[in-house]
Amino acid sequence: MDTFLSALTIVSRWDVIAALIAGSVGGVIIGAIPGVGPAVAIAILLPATFGMEPIVGLTLLLGIYGSALFGGSIPSILINTPGTPVNALTTYDGFPMTKQGQAPRALGLSFGASFFGGIFAVIALVLLSPVLARVAPMFGSREIFLAAFLGCVLVVVAHRGQSLAAGALLMFGLFLNTIGMEANNYTRRFTFDLNFLDQGVNLIVVVLGLFAVSQAFVLLAGKDDMEAAPDIKGNVLGGVLEVFRHKRVATAGSLSGTIMGIIPGVGEFTSQFLSYSYARATSKAPGLFGKGSPEGLVASESANNSVPPAAMVPLLALGIPGEALTAMMLSVFYVHNVIPGPTLFRDHMDFVMALYICLALLNILALAFLLVATRPLLRVLVIPNRFLGMMILTLSFVGIYSLRNSAIDCMLAAAFGLLGVVLKRLNLPLVPIILGMVLGGIMEEKFRTSLPRIRSLYNWIDRPVAMVIFCLICIVLALHLWGLWRDWKGKRDGSVEH
Amino acid sequence: MSDNNAHDLSDLTHPPHHRAEIVFAVASFLVALLLAALWSTETRWIDGQPWSRQPGLWPLIAVVGMLVFGAGELIACLIRNLRRGGGDVAAELGLWLRAGEYVLWFMAYVLITPRLGYLPTTLVFTTLLAFRLGYRGRVLALAPLMGLLIVVAFKSFLAVRIPGGAVYDLLPQGLRNFLVLYL
Repeated sequence: MDTFLSALTIVSRWDVIAALIAGSVGGVIIGAIPGVGPAVAIAILLPATFGMEPIVGLTLLLGIYGSALFGGSIPSILINTPGTPVNALTTYDGFPMTKQGQAPRALGLSFGASFFGGIFAVIALVLLSPVLARVAPMFGSREIFLAAFLGCVLVVVAHRGQSLAAGALLMFGLFLNTIGMEANNYTRRFTFDLNFLDQGVNLIVVVLGLFAVSQAFVLLAGKDDMEAAPDIKGNVLGGVLEVFRHKRVATAGSLSGTIMGIIPGVGEFTSQFLSYSYARATSKAPGLFGKGSPEGLVASESANNSVPPAAMVPLLALGIPGEALTAMMLSVFYVHNVIPGPTLFRDHMDFVMALYICLALLNILALAFLLVATRPLLRVLVIPNRFLGMMILTLSFVGIYSLRNSAIDCMLAAAFGLLGVVLKRLNLPLVPIILGMVLGGIMEEKFRTSLPRIRSLYNWIDRPVAMVIFCLICIVLALHLWGLWRDWKGKRDGSVEH
Repeated sequence: MSDNNAHDLSDLTHPPHHRAEIVFAVASFLVALLLAALWSTETRWIDGQPWSRQPGLWPLIAVVGMLVFGAGELIACLIRNLRRGGGDVAAELGLWLRAGEYVLWFMAYVLITPRLGYLPTTLVFTTLLAFRLGYRGRVLALAPLMGLLIVVAFKSFLAVRIPGGAVYDLLPQGLRNFLVLYL
């Protein structure tokens, strides 16, 4: 109870409240603009948050992360264009409902399902906290090394059909992390005698380049194909309340999102896929899916919006980010010398609890904002794409240049921006590069600190938690190989039949 | 996004393959080969130190990983391009090159800012870029306004660290100090 009261005291500070409101309202607006998305916004704002206290900076970023998906459903439903990539599945049923004249109902269902998913995940986190607080201290160097390795494996296998590219990009990220002066022997690694590389490649520069600068280049090199949204007349609140008629689907979606969010490297797409498949398989009207099914909409939105709170679990409990956005947030912790991981749960539970409260509040704020402001918000949809690209490029400059006032950082970010353009155009994932950089650093450090206690290979897994993680790695790899074999067999049988 | 009723979830789990992926696959494999060739000169092997503590170990793991996955990606890409795959490679390369023009715009913005100052450079940059993009009239007028808002929000209110321009030194002391601090 004392912890909870202490957390409430933290949350009731004016600067935290201001960050919460700015983050959740800003997140909804950013999510509603196709082509921006939370990753770009967080990357740009990241350096500005370094001057704030960790709870303020994190609340602002969490607000954007958690509420962008609410806003992202608006263009998905009204103009068949996902506001954020994660909202792609929402177009399947949302846009057909708009064409049937049910836009307010679809928007309401989407907002309600997002709210349901967000709150469900926060409640799950609060209930899980005592378990996490007990389990987290059982993670020593070996366990964290293995957990980071599991994260790497999951990142690769989660990109089905692109595992090889994801693996290559993950290894590239790992390589980037090794560049610079190595701290133990003070030797240079891949610096090519360039002094500026002695400090290594800055994660924020790579993040800004890959997410923000690349998006600016993509938009600037493209066309202004914005589309006016249809006017919405009707009751959005009715749709919000209708979600409770689809409790089973919403609960399954939220559960899927929470579990997938906790597992590093998996994320929103897998959770939505599982949730949508379950909803369709158990629906009384499966034929309606993809043609305007309220259940499909609820399944998709409840699953994607329960991921952000759940994704905070590996970050807070183990210091291991599961995807790019939490990897960016990790740098906020590092800048302030707050090390997320087992000790955070033991020593700063009020801080963790304050973050949970903020997560719950941001869902309430985002829903309230949308209920009153959806119609005026439609105006952001008519911002020309290339104008938006110019805006992102101007904002990216602030983010990169304010880090160290270095033109070289900007040059590097521009180079990563070009790489990002290529990857985005080819539908290849950016996230493995970021996770490779972050997890690579964790793995190298934990590998070193584990070595004094390692006498044989078996020592790596002779503790219970390490053994469990090792078994999980084996299971994930076995399932992936089995899936590949099944795909190959299916294709072979198909070609024989033809 | 297609306006298609017959949605297939595999769009989400297996994004469509573009033939131009082969360019990326070849380039990334060549980079991996180059890094592997440079490994012995760009890292040090310390005598008497066990392999597990060598500074070159993790770069080696990364480069070997890039080579293995990169070779796999290259082979898979060749097979996919032989079987199917959509998109015009030349048109795609053209788009990548078009994006290159904006790298030059961005670098010009970066290099001029320390000389001309953050606010003046941003106003000029946004106006010229908007003009280059073909905007005229109201949208063109909005471009410097957007630049002004960004400068005021980030430098004046959030106090991000962007130094004043060299030309500010030519101004009277009071005005110079104000500009260095806030604009």
